[in-house]
Amino acid sequence: MTDQTHLFIPVEKNDKKLSRGTRRQKGLPDAVSGWLLSLPLALVLLFFLVLPIAMIVVVSFWGATEFSIYPAFLFDNYEFLLTSPVTYQVFLNTVKYALITWAITLVLGFTVAYFLAFHVRSLTWQIVLFLLCTIPFWTSNIIRMISWIPFLGRNGIANSTLISMGVIDEPLEWLLFSDFSVILAFVHLYTLFMVVPIFNTMMRIDKSLIEAAYDNGASGFQTLTNVIIPLTKPGIMIGSIFVVTLVMGDFITVRFMSGSQKANVGRLISNDIALLQYPSAAATAVILLVTVILVIAILLRFVDIRKEL
Amino acid sequence: MATPLDLELVAATKQYGETVAVDALDHKFVAGSYSCLLGPSGCGKSSTLRMIAGHESVSSGDILLAGSNITDLPPARRGTAMMFQNYALFPHLSVIDNVAFSQKMKGVDKPVRLKKARELLELVDMDAYAERLPSQLSGGQQQRVALARALITEPTVLLLDEPLSALDPFLRIRMRLELKRLQRELNISFIHVTHSQDEALALADDIIVMNGGKIEQAGPPQVVFNTPATEFVARFIGGHNVLKQQGKPIALRADRLLVNKSAESESTLLSAIVKDVEYLGSSVNLALDAGGAGELTAALTDDAFFNDPIEIGTTVFLTWKPEDAHELAA
Repeated sequence: MTDQTHLFIPVEKNDKKLSRGTRRQKGLPDAVSGWLLSLPLALVLLFFLVLPIAMIVVVSFWGATEFSIYPAFLFDNYEFLLTSPVTYQVFLNTVKYALITWAITLVLGFTVAYFLAFHVRSLTWQIVLFLLCTIPFWTSNIIRMISWIPFLGRNGIANSTLISMGVIDEPLEWLLFSDFSVILAFVHLYTLFMVVPIFNTMMRIDKSLIEAAYDNGASGFQTLTNVIIPLTKPGIMIGSIFVVTLVMGDFITVRFMSGSQKANVGRLISNDIALLQYPSAAATAVILLVTVILVIAILLRFVDIRKEL
Repeated sequence: MATPLDLELVAATKQYGETVAVDALDHKFVAGSYSCLLGPSGCGKSSTLRMIAGHESVSSGDILLAGSNITDLPPARRGTAMMFQNYALFPHLSVIDNVAFSQKMKGVDKPVRLKKARELLELVDMDAYAERLPSQLSGGQQQRVALARALITEPTVLLLDEPLSALDPFLRIRMRLELKRLQRELNISFIHVTHSQDEALALADDIIVMNGGKIEQAGPPQVVFNTPATEFVARFIGGHNVLKQQGKPIALRADRLLVNKSAESESTLLSAIVKDVEYLGSSVNLALDAGGAGELTAALTDDAFFNDPIEIGTTVFLTWKPEDAHELAA
């Protein structure tokens, strides 16, 4: 085997020499053109990502009174945040929402993607059904959220149907403005973010691998756990990152679906901003950012998603 | 070995909707033989193999192995194992875990199954690569692993779906020898699907030439090559001219077509114009235009050709011995 590759080496060497020679003639050294090529993206990232974050970090150290904010280097905001039991409750609640939503969207997303990738045989139907999944995205998040309210309300469709069917005697109180309705809305909004990457990785699995597993005596469940899930891991991880970051950064869903009765970190920040307490909001944002980055770092420990990109 | 482990197809048919891919195939694959299913793409050879493997349902008819009907059994319980065209190794598992996969599915203990997998890897000369991932191996190495993974199930029949088509020509010839050696050593039946007549002639004890879902001819390689039964076989197996003699089609091997520069005797049967000369090393092929008899090929040994070279455009006179002409079924 080595003998054959050996045959081609001299040709390749010649090629390299040739191309290098022509590049020399044009003038710019490789290093300079490399830096120039990466400059536009670097500038965009600098102005729209690095600077805003730096600004938030700077402001998080500023001081504030009831009616003014002033530049300073104080740890007051962090001290207040990290010593207040409310902060911990709210962070805990945020993590709870993220975990439960993640678990449900994972099961739903995996099932939907599995169905699309392995049970629907024709590509046309796969595309049709996949587009069907995206139709809800034609309306805005908030409208889709609000549409749950008449459905879940005290005298809403769900309750009146259940009463007329005789399943319950009194309207269920926990359907709306509760953790249930918040998580329901999250799942509704974000399941597709789980479906898409998982479906994508599943479509790349060679169908003959499934046959090979079957040929080697694996049952359907064994094929799922020994072949499909390990090969779908990168997609699962990408979907998980989407869902976890979206849920942890959200504030509007929690506000609408809990009727302002539940809190998460996003609402904490939005309340501070409403009260013009920018330094405090910035400090909360920094802590949230650190938390989310930590969660993602832990997720990335499990899977090398670079293979996917 | 009380019952012979023959594999038998009885009117095995595969239909996809209206189209018939495999049309009532009857064939007996003798135990311990190397059989090649040969044919152009779309002739039904792969469908036949997949039906034997159990990856394709049989529309009607039966498949028998060692006297029992395996038509509706799942792949793993048939006594067959399949080697896939692209090898289908699990990319997330190391070489040894790939080979041990079927044992793991059966619930065999880890040390036992790894030991067995290592034995199989030794058989195909890949034990040095046990810990690698499939993506770190060359095509030929991946194929050996796929072979080991199929053989660990101790099949009665090993099914190979175009196993050599993904390899480069040098490696193809080497793996060809290896496959034949393995088959001899293990003494199990191999059924090998290919569209390459060279491969089939080199490997097979039994060639089954298929066309349009039917068997055109089945038999030992010499028989198929020397006495093709139909015009299709003669053309597909190559090295043959198909002519009409007294209104009947005959096949004539290209190297049995005798070429003379002058019409010296009355034995001359045809005249033709030389259209092209192809030098192939040990032989030289002449492309001939014989007018009404169509395009013909004559294969000359290089000695014969270079002793008396023939220019393009010359008219030559063709003859052959009557016993070299084989009548074909119409």
